[in-house]
Amino acid sequence: MNSEKLRSSKPGYNWLFKMAWRDGKASARKLTLFMASIILGIAAVVSIQSFGENLKDNIALQSKALMGADFKIDSSTEPNERVLEIIDSLGGADAREIAFPSMAAFPGNGATKFVQIRGIEDGFPLYGALETEPVEAANKYQSQGAALVDATVMLQLNLRPGDSIKIGDITLPIAGSLIAVPGSTAIFSSVAPPVIIPYRYIEETNLVQAGSRIRYEFYFRVPQANLEVLDNEVERELERHEADLDTHTSTSERMGKRYENFGKFLNLVAFIALLLGCVGIASAINIYIKDKLRAVAVLKCLGATRRQTFKIYLIQIAAIGLLGGLIGTILGLILQQLFPLFLGDLLPVDVEMSFSPRIIFMGLLLGITMSVLFALYPLMGTLYVSPLQTLRVDTEGKTNSGRAGLLVLAGIFLFILLFSYWLLEDWRYSFAFVAGIIITFSVLAGIAKLFMQAIKRFFPSSWGFPARQSILNLFRPQNQTLTLILAIGVGSFLISTLYFTKDVLLDQANFETETGSPNIIMLDIQSAQQQEVLNTIRQNEFPVMDDIPIVTMRVHSIKGRSVNQIKEDTVRQVNRWILNHEFRVTYRDSIVASESLEQGEWIPEVSNLNLVPISISDNFAEDARVTVGDELTFNVQGVLLKTIVGSIRTVDWSRMQMNFSIVFPKGVLEDAPQFRVVTTNVSDEGSSARLQQQIVRDFPNITIIDMRQVLTVIQGLLDKISWLINFMAFFSILTGIIVLLGAVRTSKFQRIKESVLLRTIGARSSQILKILALEYMFLGILGALSGILLSLVSSQLLAWQVFESPFVPSLFPFLVLFPGITLLVMFIGLINSISVIKSPPLEVLRKESR
Amino acid sequence: MAKILNVHNLEKTYSSGDRKLTVLHDISFDIEERETFAIVGPSGSGKTTLLGLCAGLDQPDSGNITLCGADIGSLTEDERAVLRNRNIGFVFQDFQLLPTLTALENVAVPLELQGSKDASKIGRELLEKVGLGDRINHYPSQLSGGEQQRVAVARAFSNSPSILFADEPTGNLDAETGEKVIELLFNLNKESGTTLVIVTHDLELAQKTGRILKLKGGKIVDNTVNTSL
Repeated sequence: MNSEKLRSSKPGYNWLFKMAWRDGKASARKLTLFMASIILGIAAVVSIQSFGENLKDNIALQSKALMGADFKIDSSTEPNERVLEIIDSLGGADAREIAFPSMAAFPGNGATKFVQIRGIEDGFPLYGALETEPVEAANKYQSQGAALVDATVMLQLNLRPGDSIKIGDITLPIAGSLIAVPGSTAIFSSVAPPVIIPYRYIEETNLVQAGSRIRYEFYFRVPQANLEVLDNEVERELERHEADLDTHTSTSERMGKRYENFGKFLNLVAFIALLLGCVGIASAINIYIKDKLRAVAVLKCLGATRRQTFKIYLIQIAAIGLLGGLIGTILGLILQQLFPLFLGDLLPVDVEMSFSPRIIFMGLLLGITMSVLFALYPLMGTLYVSPLQTLRVDTEGKTNSGRAGLLVLAGIFLFILLFSYWLLEDWRYSFAFVAGIIITFSVLAGIAKLFMQAIKRFFPSSWGFPARQSILNLFRPQNQTLTLILAIGVGSFLISTLYFTKDVLLDQANFETETGSPNIIMLDIQSAQQQEVLNTIRQNEFPVMDDIPIVTMRVHSIKGRSVNQIKEDTVRQVNRWILNHEFRVTYRDSIVASESLEQGEWIPEVSNLNLVPISISDNFAEDARVTVGDELTFNVQGVLLKTIVGSIRTVDWSRMQMNFSIVFPKGVLEDAPQFRVVTTNVSDEGSSARLQQQIVRDFPNITIIDMRQVLTVIQGLLDKISWLINFMAFFSILTGIIVLLGAVRTSKFQRIKESVLLRTIGARSSQILKILALEYMFLGILGALSGILLSLVSSQLLAWQVFESPFVPSLFPFLVLFPGITLLVMFIGLINSISVIKSPPLEVLRKESR
Repeated sequence: MAKILNVHNLEKTYSSGDRKLTVLHDISFDIEERETFAIVGPSGSGKTTLLGLCAGLDQPDSGNITLCGADIGSLTEDERAVLRNRNIGFVFQDFQLLPTLTALENVAVPLELQGSKDASKIGRELLEKVGLGDRINHYPSQLSGGEQQRVAVARAFSNSPSILFADEPTGNLDAETGEKVIELLFNLNKESGTTLVIVTHDLELAQKTGRILKLKGGKIVDNTVNTSL
């Protein structure tokens, strides 16, 4: 018989699929847990991805309604001639708006509230609609000369349509509650909730004064406008005149980006849940394939080739991956429907859920790729099985080659890298992410190996039999120590990192005022009102904690180059905000607690006004590209003032107090037009309300910020974000439990055989139970503790590098997570071994071998 | 009668750590078509290794094996697999049924590997012949040891092999069941005209074959025609 003839025999793929199906069907029970790992991981990724995509699509679709116009021109100063000319040349604005923050009083119940006044001309929004209660209020408030007040304020202050609102010098009836305004997100306007009044009343309020923070907005409805020309050419011209043009597309893109970044973070967390599932896949497939090696030898004996047997199991694993991917994708698509319920206020648009074919394809592809990649190395074992094994002959069969193993490992990391890049669109972060994973896995694997070596070397021979036997189990052949420590360790690492990160985030946002620190801030106090305001505070027996003068100014030139020259420079390095921002500057003779001197010398007072030495914050220095000794000229309300950078300060902006980018020494700005900021500490809500009412009544132009209310808003925002973090943590915990179950079950038969042998030679149930409990306890303790300690290091790095915030770890992971995970491991381990203890040895062996 | 198997100057050595262990030493013999042949010898004499080499499950270190006209030493592993599939049937001591396949699927596998469309039909007929017509959809774990070995016998004949190798076919069965399985094996063999090679240490079983090859310490000590038949 010639070998040419022998090469020709080949059953087609049909047979391979048939064999894969037959074998898989009978092994379904063993594969359920592996599939569950894939399902959960993919559900996490798909739900986040799909929701993010839907959000982006909805923002783009509703972009005109989001802005309420095709484009708008806005400015924080009254538009000059040139800006007005441009507005005219564009066909004139279809609607105008003047907006500023102010206190509003409600004469009906005496309440006051810090609000954003928006004086709007009839016609706005040009797209979309104001959502009000009653509905007709949106159409009637202009003709009725009434106000629309934010729905939450209406509810909080128990206001009804028909009640009055006093803004500055005018009092208007309230037409209804304002539920939604195009372009505003409820959560972001909670600090200063909106009140809309007809444009014509703005002047009468008498609140538009020098130093007020006013925005002028001009809305256009020009559907056929060339947005690109507007964005580039008109915008450049407007920029020279301190105005800005935004098109509906650029605004929605910017908004989409903001949510995209948030989504990216969640995507990564979901991806880690998926990777955790992959740890389970790898270990489970390893044991699964080991179980199949005898069948592979038989198939080879009957005439199947190496490739055929390899392909049977490859098809099987890919099919499980596909099925897992499909179920995970469906679950993810269902889960995403929950997101808007929890995130409602955070979202800028109503998100209509649709199913993107791209995401569905990604879910399926991810399922197959992850399963095959992580199964490839154990799968290669089938290639080296000798048919001689059917004859009980010990062969010197080759094992997987080291090179092939390295190739598979490289493939896995390449995939992780590409997938992270797809999520993050940044090679640096993607490499850092992959490096983080490699380090975490290596450290955990190192700990497991060290542990095994240590117990081998320092074996506690004096311990009792159950304890010794449980320790022996940790390093016997085919032990699961490495897999279990990796699974438990990565799970604990991830979950406690999430908790620690939450700590850092909450700490950073924790503005809870300590007793005695300011909790009421009064802005826009005119110099003439200063004494009276201070007296009012003192008469109410509250302390005046700060009385800070504020002078507004703009940068005129940097190192001799005028702002306009810098703006025209296409390769400028100076940040745009430096050139456009109206700075609120103070003067004093000392630095305060939230500041520290970084460079130069602090100059408390000067008498020579030719070149004033000022102090700037480090971020200002960086963005303006200046350092100590550089010259800056400011336009102080029409007067040019030459300065030199005398010192650079580091400012802790997270401290809830008045911080400044630019500080002048005493002796320069005292006579400049200025207003003041006064802070005080009020112990209870009742006193705070009384003081606010009195100030608003006597000084309608003064704005009061009650830090307690700000805190409530921030807390609300954080609660929503923590919900998302907890949601993702839940996925990781669930995946972790499944991985654990998988790992424990795969080693179950081995343990059962040993336990049955022990029982056969007379071990009592309680002794076996003790051995198993101790073994799982050691694994639980080591895995959980290493994971949590590793997360301490990573959280410290995150706090230091990303959040730039001090990190004080909470005790939760140590007091709850650590014992919780250890007990869970023991529980899962024992519950899976209960059949050994309950049944006679022979029955167990017969049952388990099936 | 033509020779189906020719073994010439066969040597096989295994390594165990630094030690080399010669399992088979200068083995030469022939088997003719339709012959029944037993390889006997004490434990460790090399009978199973010899069977594995003759069936193309392994490569000799030196010497030649010609099976069904093919020089086994010159074939790749996959070519040997195809050779086995077309020409050889196996019966093992521990049955070696695929645990995740039913009795019928187990019997059909060798034919399916050939791409036969009648695999299921032939498998069903063979299972009827071995008395398991009512158990075709049972998994190995649902069958007794004797039933499993009958399925293995049916599988061994499914591809109409030219030669059938049986390795201690009664080794895992009680005497009565073993007897029945052997009867079945010999009857099917007679019916299909297959060459039968049995490895056994059961001399009673060996006496049922036409020729007996005795091994001891990896060497042939006797190769005689069984005149008692």
